Amino acid sequence: MSLYRDEGVVLRTQKLGEADRIITLLTRSHGRVRAVGKGVRRTRSKFGARLEPFTHVDLQIYEGRSLDVVQQAETLASYGDRIADDYGRYTSGTVMLETAERLTAEEREPATQQFLLLVGGLRTLAEAAHAPGLVLDAFLLRSLAVAGYAASFDDCAVCARPGPHPFFNVPAGGAVCGTCRPSGSVSPARSTLDLLAALLTGDWVVADASDPRTRREGNGLVAAYLQWHLERGLRSLPMVERT
Amino acid sequence: MYEGVVQDLIDELGRLPGVGPKSAQRIAFHLLAADPVDVRRLVHVLTEVKDKVRFCKTCGNVAEQEECRICRDPRRDRSVICVVEESKDVVAIEKTREFRGRYHVLGGAISPIEGIGPDDLRVRELMTRLADDEVTELILATDPNLEGEATATYLARLVKPMGLRVTRLASGLPVGGDLEYADEVTLGRAFEGRRLIDV
Repeated sequence: MSLYRDEGVVLRTQKLGEADRIITLLTRSHGRVRAVGKGVRRTRSKFGARLEPFTHVDLQIYEGRSLDVVQQAETLASYGDRIADDYGRYTSGTVMLETAERLTAEEREPATQQFLLLVGGLRTLAEAAHAPGLVLDAFLLRSLAVAGYAASFDDCAVCARPGPHPFFNVPAGGAVCGTCRPSGSVSPARSTLDLLAALLTGDWVVADASDPRTRREGNGLVAAYLQWHLERGLRSLPMVERT
Repeated sequence: MYEGVVQDLIDELGRLPGVGPKSAQRIAFHLLAADPVDVRRLVHVLTEVKDKVRFCKTCGNVAEQEECRICRDPRRDRSVICVVEESKDVVAIEKTREFRGRYHVLGGAISPIEGIGPDDLRVRELMTRLADDEVTELILATDPNLEGEATATYLARLVKPMGLRVTRLASGLPVGGDLEYADEVTLGRAFEGRRLIDV
């Protein structure tokens, strides 16, 4: 019998049989793992509440042939209540979970950076110190950067000429200069690129001070950038409620 | 692999939820060995359920007429509507014999990760019902999980301007259990929802 212990964030749950669930987790050391939570849908389940999406748990898992089985779960932090309290936070948080799942394509391939980023992102979202849309965009940009798709908002993404540059091109990887500018480039407001750079680096003073129009243009660019790199769109992204 | 119709039966049974290939085979052989009268009765019920059962035009519950038994019942309190996710939840609440109002079945819960938004549920129909002056209280009885809570939050916000009394089912400890085995989330909710003992 092979047991392992790890901490993880519950990304998604799917009903299985009469009272079980398949729990998809992003763990610190084992990457993305799918494990069965036996009897967790029963109201008397000992750890059903601990295996809900947005929960950070300490787990003991039995390694099965096709699916693992959760044997024990202890809550390290439960963000679900605070996130589900507000519809905007809930829809933004769901996109974060789906992105984390999609950017860890292979099961059991360690993705510690993505895990730490997700825990930090969910904590920030649950604290409600910043607008949910901004937390989401910051998470998406950083998550893509960790996956190797960092966007450039200052230097030219093609020739690396120091910026700022007036154009932005999604396939090229961000801001582009007038010389390298491929066809289909857009010219967003400078304040939008400044906002995105602030979100990528965690400069919340600049991000919080941004106006609604800049945020709207910014999240449009982030959505296009994400879509380009994930190839297949996220189901939850069109449902995000932004205020 | 079995011959012709036996394999077809196993394949069809295997498409049912929770029935794997082995279970499908077991059920198929049970049916082969069963009394033909029993099998015919099963076939009759299956056909009848597809022909007769529809969804209540008012609440979305399963019904054999245009409206379900509960919506037709004049003794039910028309001022209270209890919102549930599935028809199965109506049965669970009816068993308590505590609720005398009427229901509204949403047909699921908001789950963006599964691509289910408010427009995929019977939310618009609920708002139409609430516009009726008779309703004074809305009980949100969606599942006590994340999707259920988010759906309740969404509905509460939507209904707030209508000035109705909006309540949510209490969460907490199961009757007959030991406190020490309760998980911290459930126990926390039980503390939040503690009530005054009036003696």
